[in-house]
Amino acid sequence: MSTVAVPLRGSYLEAGFSLWSWLSTVDHKRIAILYALSITAFFFVGGVAATLIRLELVTPAGDLVSAETYNKLFTMHGVIMVWFFLIPSIPSTLGNFLVPLMIGARDLAFPRLNLASWYLYVAGGLFTVGALIAGGVDTGWTFYTPFSTMFSNTHVIAAVIGVFIVGFSSILTGINFIVTIHKMRAPGMTLFRLPLFIWSMYATGIIFVLATPVLAMTLFLITVERLFGVGVFDPALGGDPLLFQHLFWFYSHPAVYVMILPAMGVASEIIPCYSRNNIFAYRSMAFAVLAIAIIGFLVWGHHMFVSGQSIYAGMVFSILSFLVAVPSAIKVFNWTATLYKGSISFDAPMLYALGFVGLFTVGGMTGLFLASLALDVHLHDTYFVIAHFHYIMVGGAVMAFLGAVHFWWPKITGRMYSDRWARFAAIVVFVGFNLTFFPQFLLGYLGMPRRYHEYPPEFQVLNVLSSAGASVLAVGYLLPLCYLLWSLKYGARAGSNPWRATGLEWQTPSPPPVENFVSIPEVTEPPYAYREKDRSDG
Amino acid sequence: MWNFPLHPDRASSLALHVDILLYAWLALAGVVTVAVLFLIVWFAVKYRHGSGANRALPPDAALRRRNHRIEAAWIVTPLLLFMVMFGWAAVLYYAHAAAPANATEIYVVGKQWMWKLEHVGGQREIDELHVPVGRPVKLIMTSQDVIHSFFMPVFRIKQDVLPGRYTMLWFTATKPGDYHLFCSQYCGTEHAQMIGHVVVMEPAAFERWLESGNASQSMAQEGAARFRQYGCSGCHGPSASVHAPKLEGLFGRRVQLADGTSTIADERYIHDSVMLPRKDVVAGYEPIMPSFQGQIAEDDLLDIVEYIKSLQDALPLEGK
Amino acid sequence: MVEAVVVARQFDDARQQRRASDLGMWVFLATEILFFGALFMSYTISRIHAPEAFAIASRLTNITLGSVNTAVLLTSSLTMALAVRAMKLGMRRTSVGFMCATIALGIAFLAIKGTEYWLDYTGNLVPAVNFAQPGPHAAGVELFFFLYFVMTGWHSLHMLIGIVVVGSLAVMAWRSDFTPDYFTPVELGGLYWHLVDIVWIFLYPLLYLVSRA
Repeated sequence: MSTVAVPLRGSYLEAGFSLWSWLSTVDHKRIAILYALSITAFFFVGGVAATLIRLELVTPAGDLVSAETYNKLFTMHGVIMVWFFLIPSIPSTLGNFLVPLMIGARDLAFPRLNLASWYLYVAGGLFTVGALIAGGVDTGWTFYTPFSTMFSNTHVIAAVIGVFIVGFSSILTGINFIVTIHKMRAPGMTLFRLPLFIWSMYATGIIFVLATPVLAMTLFLITVERLFGVGVFDPALGGDPLLFQHLFWFYSHPAVYVMILPAMGVASEIIPCYSRNNIFAYRSMAFAVLAIAIIGFLVWGHHMFVSGQSIYAGMVFSILSFLVAVPSAIKVFNWTATLYKGSISFDAPMLYALGFVGLFTVGGMTGLFLASLALDVHLHDTYFVIAHFHYIMVGGAVMAFLGAVHFWWPKITGRMYSDRWARFAAIVVFVGFNLTFFPQFLLGYLGMPRRYHEYPPEFQVLNVLSSAGASVLAVGYLLPLCYLLWSLKYGARAGSNPWRATGLEWQTPSPPPVENFVSIPEVTEPPYAYREKDRSDG
Repeated sequence: MWNFPLHPDRASSLALHVDILLYAWLALAGVVTVAVLFLIVWFAVKYRHGSGANRALPPDAALRRRNHRIEAAWIVTPLLLFMVMFGWAAVLYYAHAAAPANATEIYVVGKQWMWKLEHVGGQREIDELHVPVGRPVKLIMTSQDVIHSFFMPVFRIKQDVLPGRYTMLWFTATKPGDYHLFCSQYCGTEHAQMIGHVVVMEPAAFERWLESGNASQSMAQEGAARFRQYGCSGCHGPSASVHAPKLEGLFGRRVQLADGTSTIADERYIHDSVMLPRKDVVAGYEPIMPSFQGQIAEDDLLDIVEYIKSLQDALPLEGK
Repeated sequence: MVEAVVVARQFDDARQQRRASDLGMWVFLATEILFFGALFMSYTISRIHAPEAFAIASRLTNITLGSVNTAVLLTSSLTMALAVRAMKLGMRRTSVGFMCATIALGIAFLAIKGTEYWLDYTGNLVPAVNFAQPGPHAAGVELFFFLYFVMTGWHSLHMLIGIVVVGSLAVMAWRSDFTPDYFTPVELGGLYWHLVDIVWIFLYPLLYLVSRA
């Protein structure tokens, strides 16, 4: 039955040109595009907030915007970048597009749930943008109680409702990925023939499904406490403000693995292709992804070492945080080893992927600085933490996202972009990123706290460097917008496999037909068989 | 401009230890990062497409064995190194967790957006903390409203301050000077202005400061006045007709509670007994004490705590 | 009349569709467990902080109505399971009958719950609305009832959704949309109903039976 041929009707992009055909689609590829457009829009909104933040921080005085406005800016930057950009970025765009293609299926298991997940994302986004327009929120993206429940005078509930709704978008995506990967693989696609990107999407789906509901209930509890003035976080009733932090971080720590695991999956696809080599130690890479997802649920208290949590709890969370770094380290070494005796080319996707590995290494190691109890007492809530997580989320996840967009652009759009511009942009992003965030490690150790719009003058030089870097980074982000859009009209038409990559998605035309494959292929080979492929291709 | 510091001043007994741990991490992270970057660049250059490098791999079985050995090495080595670093940081943290018994106590109340400090002798400060060099100092801290955090970079320590709870921080200052005090837990509009100074003084200068300070009476004397002002002596005083626990000699003792458990009568116990009196009812007493939540400010409550501490010798102080 | 199962276009065959739907439902149930789990965790922490208050508060709940509701809900799970079984045996009318019984019991549950809420209201047990309890542990009792209303409130909302779901299934079953070979939606609806029941089975002792030995 799976090998029944389906007539080729033209690509998925040609199956209807009206707006309604897009808004009512159940095709995972179109839904991926819907997500791509929305997350890009949110990225620029979050980016505007970042621009204003870095402009304010050029001078020690709080002279560009008021304190209240600044607090709203960093809150919106965090809320939008975390929930409306990073978390959906790779899974909802590339995951949605590629999961069926990579496993040889015609769509995800539940296409209508997939469309519903996009509408939930948009609805959540509208609430959050509504909160922004109505005047903003100033609690920080972390919504700590009792400030968020009893003291803030801003539109907390609107923003929280927005995040509550968008959480269900994640949950539906997670259900779809888990079921699709388990039940809809092509004949011969055993678990250990799956591309590592699929392993990442699977682990990400597990986190979506198990962590997000806890966030949903926590947000509900702070909404009720704010509306009614009573709640479980209120010390006056004998409640516990730390309970909020435990519940919040129980979700939000796994959430950061939601942001990095897909990026790791992307790196595992790109690096073998441009090294023409098998991935080093495929099974370890697969198990490492699962290990990160599982151990990642056990480390949330490392955000709370100085919160008033017991020192014994601190020790447990610290050692587990060190343990979760081991599979990550394994992956970094394995990507590096994949290059050994390969045949390396430096197309833009590869530059992004290699940049990802380097920056993720820095970000990951500095995470261990923060997992070290005695050191974290000094570093917690300083710019060191900001530098650490931006190295992972921007230097890591965003670079990988850009690499993925470039790698699969021909497949998704059927067009080639200018590789010279793309490589230039990759380098600009890499340089701009380091200039922006490396000085922040120094600022943090020197003692500059987070969420300050004004600061003692001795911190100015490093802040100016950081803001200068941000302007370079901004250019680096605008460039792909330009040349990628240009390629849609003027780019050369892409063949089905312009990179000579392995993987089922490359065995179908670019862009793929609506039903993905004329007939579902049967898989007989291990993944990443690049050496064999190049030998047989001649 | 070129000699800008990579670390803040070291002004506490802990600072050098933390900095050494940092340097060890910098070395380890530096080595790993440089090694990874070096290998990436080296492989990328040596094995670039079209280079004449030897790309032949050993036969499969030998290759697998070799790869397994390499992998084992880079799983076990990081694991061991990480455990060493975890242990080092954890031991340092644990060793510094408990304050020395002879530490001078200073009380801190964080509120939006200022720090209120009070020395035992009654000297009050706002956004400033004067301490002597060379003597351990213990800060007993709480918040009047939201969560704040008391951060002194030169001592390499910080601690969140919570409403309804007491948290503790201690240090021994080692270098006189005037240093930054920051609030490092976002607490609302003027979070960035909730900053101040830690002034470390030579012991003699500190004594002089204490004398010249704005203290009219010690915290315990203030506390005695509050004790009467809020009517505590009505039940807990010597001539009270109500059956209420005696406070003389109470502080630091173990107390049997009505639910069968016991607890130590520390600062937290006193605080909760006043604000949440139903929480730890003493065995053999009726839970009739009213709550003073919302009536007594946190810093006044600290005065009362000091007063009750002073009753350890069972000789109540006279207040004005 | 046996009708062919409609296989959605993304699936290879009916078997794959069935297995995917099953797994999807179980994964969804896992999300529900984590969702309520956050509340159970909050309850646990709060109870550890104030055990006496929780004991007193639990005795202020209406054990009669709570226990009746437990019996009602357990019975409704039985009728739902029987509905699924009847469908499997091709007994369409019987199945619809059991589904209607399930719905009736569900409505009864909500009615009894509503009555309980009304009694809690007249008893001054509703936090932020009219909470006024005498005695020492008033704050902890208020905290208990905050959790009580939130937890039973979310549970009731899930019950309502369950009633709508089973109602839709009954309509579809009446219209002969299912056969003994294809009644997956009925089974999955049954799973959801049983989950809502299981959540109550945990809620009941934690809310009603503290210190009622």
